[in-house]
Amino acid sequence: MSQTLFVVIEHLRGQVAEISYVMLAAARQLAKSAGGDVVAVLLGQNAQELAASLAADRVLYMEDASLAEFTSDAYQAALAALIKEHNPRVVLFGHSSLGMDIASGLSAKLGLPVISSCRSFSTDGKFICQICGGKIMAEGEIPAPTALITMVPGGYKSELGRSTQAPPVTPIAAPALDGLRVSVKNYIEPEAGDVDIAKEAVLVSVGRGIQTKDNLDLANELAGALGAAVSASRPVVDQGWLPTSRLVGKSGKRVKPKIYLALGISGAPEHVEGMSDSQVIIAINTDPNAPIFNVAKFGSTIDMFDLVPALTEKVKSAK
Amino acid sequence: MKIIVPVKFVPDLVEELTIDSSGVTLDTAWLRLIINEFDDHAVEQAILLKERGGGQVIVSTVESEGADDFLFTAAAKGADQLIKLTGDFAGVNNHALARAYSGLLKELNPDLVLTGVQAHNDLDGSLGPLLAEFLGMPYVGYVSGLTLADGAVVVRKEYPGGLIAEVEVKLPAVLGIQAAEQPPRYIAYSKIRQVMGTAKVEERPVTGLDLEGGVTVSRMFQPEAAERATMLEGDANAVADRILAIFKEAGAL
Amino acid sequence: MKYPPGKMIGALRSEFFDQVIKHDSVWMCVSCYACTEFCPSDIPITAALMTRAKEEMLLAGNIPSELQAALENTQRYGNPLGESPRKRADWTTGLQPEVNILGKTRQPVDVLWFVGDYASYHPRMISATKSLARILNALGIKFGILGPEEFSDGDSQRLAGERGLFEMMVQKNGQAFRKYKFDEIITTDPHAFNALKNQYPAMGVSYPVKHYTQFLAERLELLKPLLKNEVKAKIAYHDPCYLGRANGVFDEPRALLGAIPGLELVEMSHQRTNSLCCGGGGGGMWLDGFQWEKAHTRLSEWRVREAVAAGADILSVACPYEPPRFEDAVKTIQDAGQLKVREIAELLAEAMSI
Repeated sequence: MSQTLFVVIEHLRGQVAEISYVMLAAARQLAKSAGGDVVAVLLGQNAQELAASLAADRVLYMEDASLAEFTSDAYQAALAALIKEHNPRVVLFGHSSLGMDIASGLSAKLGLPVISSCRSFSTDGKFICQICGGKIMAEGEIPAPTALITMVPGGYKSELGRSTQAPPVTPIAAPALDGLRVSVKNYIEPEAGDVDIAKEAVLVSVGRGIQTKDNLDLANELAGALGAAVSASRPVVDQGWLPTSRLVGKSGKRVKPKIYLALGISGAPEHVEGMSDSQVIIAINTDPNAPIFNVAKFGSTIDMFDLVPALTEKVKSAK
Repeated sequence: MKIIVPVKFVPDLVEELTIDSSGVTLDTAWLRLIINEFDDHAVEQAILLKERGGGQVIVSTVESEGADDFLFTAAAKGADQLIKLTGDFAGVNNHALARAYSGLLKELNPDLVLTGVQAHNDLDGSLGPLLAEFLGMPYVGYVSGLTLADGAVVVRKEYPGGLIAEVEVKLPAVLGIQAAEQPPRYIAYSKIRQVMGTAKVEERPVTGLDLEGGVTVSRMFQPEAAERATMLEGDANAVADRILAIFKEAGAL
Repeated sequence: MKYPPGKMIGALRSEFFDQVIKHDSVWMCVSCYACTEFCPSDIPITAALMTRAKEEMLLAGNIPSELQAALENTQRYGNPLGESPRKRADWTTGLQPEVNILGKTRQPVDVLWFVGDYASYHPRMISATKSLARILNALGIKFGILGPEEFSDGDSQRLAGERGLFEMMVQKNGQAFRKYKFDEIITTDPHAFNALKNQYPAMGVSYPVKHYTQFLAERLELLKPLLKNEVKAKIAYHDPCYLGRANGVFDEPRALLGAIPGLELVEMSHQRTNSLCCGGGGGGMWLDGFQWEKAHTRLSEWRVREAVAAGADILSVACPYEPPRFEDAVKTIQDAGQLKVREIAELLAEAMSI
């Protein structure tokens, strides 16, 4: 009998979260070494059409009014029943505000091991976790018969988890979901006003190398094309060209975006302190000895005034 | 209102981390432990609740380097009771920690348990939700603010992209704190020294750790550290192409 | 500054000092001692008023977050930068002959060099620190450093209101000093100089101490023949607050610069006792963002403008707080683009070709 690899699909306000696709990609890879079907688990109300883009072999869709919004206790109760019934080989959760609310609780409730911060699986089916601020990797055999795993992004491209062919959807009945103690009252959208750079996934950051206030337009255009925000190092904010809310560094904000594109920033320690946790730092600085090249993953000494317009064009055509 | 804050200590990332000779765990020779940053926020949030609406704040930790300093600092901030679990905690995981704490918490019978939403060395889930399940309480994590309601709390739960959900949770409950409503306050060193003379740390011995549910690591290693940036060559177009590819690979496009 | 010293004293007299403590204007003070120097009534304003006010504010929890981080780092890591104490002597890597780290070699020395936080850890300062090591070697000085056993001198933390933390630093440094044999202490850092000379003895840690410029000036006759390389430039010397105004050391640094062939010394409009602070003292190093928000000007920028006005090519300094501060200021001031900032040790090393 073929084993199943469950992927708990995360969705909010009608949108499937990126991490769900990453997990599907991970599950597909795991299926190659461990064997088994990739089964997406979708819980919700009127959420069936979200199944269409999932690269799963099949989808189990559980509908219930109590599952309309994500709440830890309703989702946990629903999944507990499902896991007990199907005994999947693994259950993948996002290492997120959704997945982390329920994975450990299920571990304690069902007496199953839970592995967190998993980034990828090896070709021989081992889990590879990333902990301690990315400084340490931990690898091991996925315990049998069933393991719960929370996943962080970075190990797989989300496109590999998307499908153009809608997978077959099997509706399943929800268990009795009463005695619930958690309920969503309302959502608060982020302010349209000034941006919180600490919450941005991509930052286009400018330093002294931008030279004049007018040149900021270049950065703004690139950021606009990327759906990113513009942040800055000290000299730019001091000139008053950008508000202090955009300052990255010791006296400003600490940011951890997926991508930190540093334009004309030398990389003084006071600035690096605020952005060294970025996942990928790309540094553009005409000075090959700029200290920023010691913290960046990628760099170039090309003149940013040549690079930025070219990059903006390419980003616009790619979208 | 009785609020309990159970905490854990984690490796201090300021120091270099090395793997020990077994190859499956961190070398403890130069390892320093520091309070889990999110637990520090949990203490601050508890003190804020007490300052706003009265109540009692109990802070608890396990025996560890820095435990006493941390507890005394919490007392200087306003914590009413300090409890230290003593015993052999070498090799402890979150499941064992949660079981150890649940014994204490069942006895103390809190209205609210606040703990950090995660810790950077978590491998077997996180403390908060494990504790909640052992105590039979509901759990909500990624909390960055809360108000008390009748027999419940309404929390601000953070989602990606700046979205917040206001979620009502019936008490007693366990909350995973992402950030306190204000950053952990500063306590002058002289105040901490003063408190060391007056506050008492209650010790509760814990015998035997139950590690069931934990993770077995077969290999621990450090990712390849790139000493210097990979330099992108070529003209503006070539470099722009490379950067575009980097964006796509990171999932930022 | 809503409540400058005069108003603070007025508030004390009129019994509304609690308002001063609740306000954050006291954090604009960088403990530069200018007020103390010029008070016609000889009131020790900096020590007795500003520092005491800051102590009260800390106890009340009124503290900007940047400063909080520096103080917490000092308590935990023994330095305000939050660097690992184990790496405090990493700057010595590659130097030949190897720098004597007393804990390792246990050899008695003539001179204990108390390096200091910024001189040990800040990437900009390490080149100056290495320069001094080379100069001391060239002069045949038998010196050693504490390395990982050295803790922050604690002086800036003391002036920022953390008396308790300062006392902890004195205790720890005192413990380290007692383990080794040496005749005198020299230091790169005027703040450490001030603390070791004026504050530590009252707490039972008492050693003869000199700033490195005094130590080298004493040996000027030995140094002169080694200064063969010409450094052709107009140079303005900035008197650091804690070397100059607070401790009266003005001539020795100038004597060293005067001995470098090719250098022409120019004086800025503020000099010696009325020198302008770079803004780093008394916790100012860790209040930069805060002070910028309030004043939209920086002391360091003012000073750089003076150097440019004096026609200087090089702004010379003798304190590890200064180069990063002045170099940042040079970046933001339009016509300062060519002004170089150099520690005296760096200039001497350049003149010695080492």
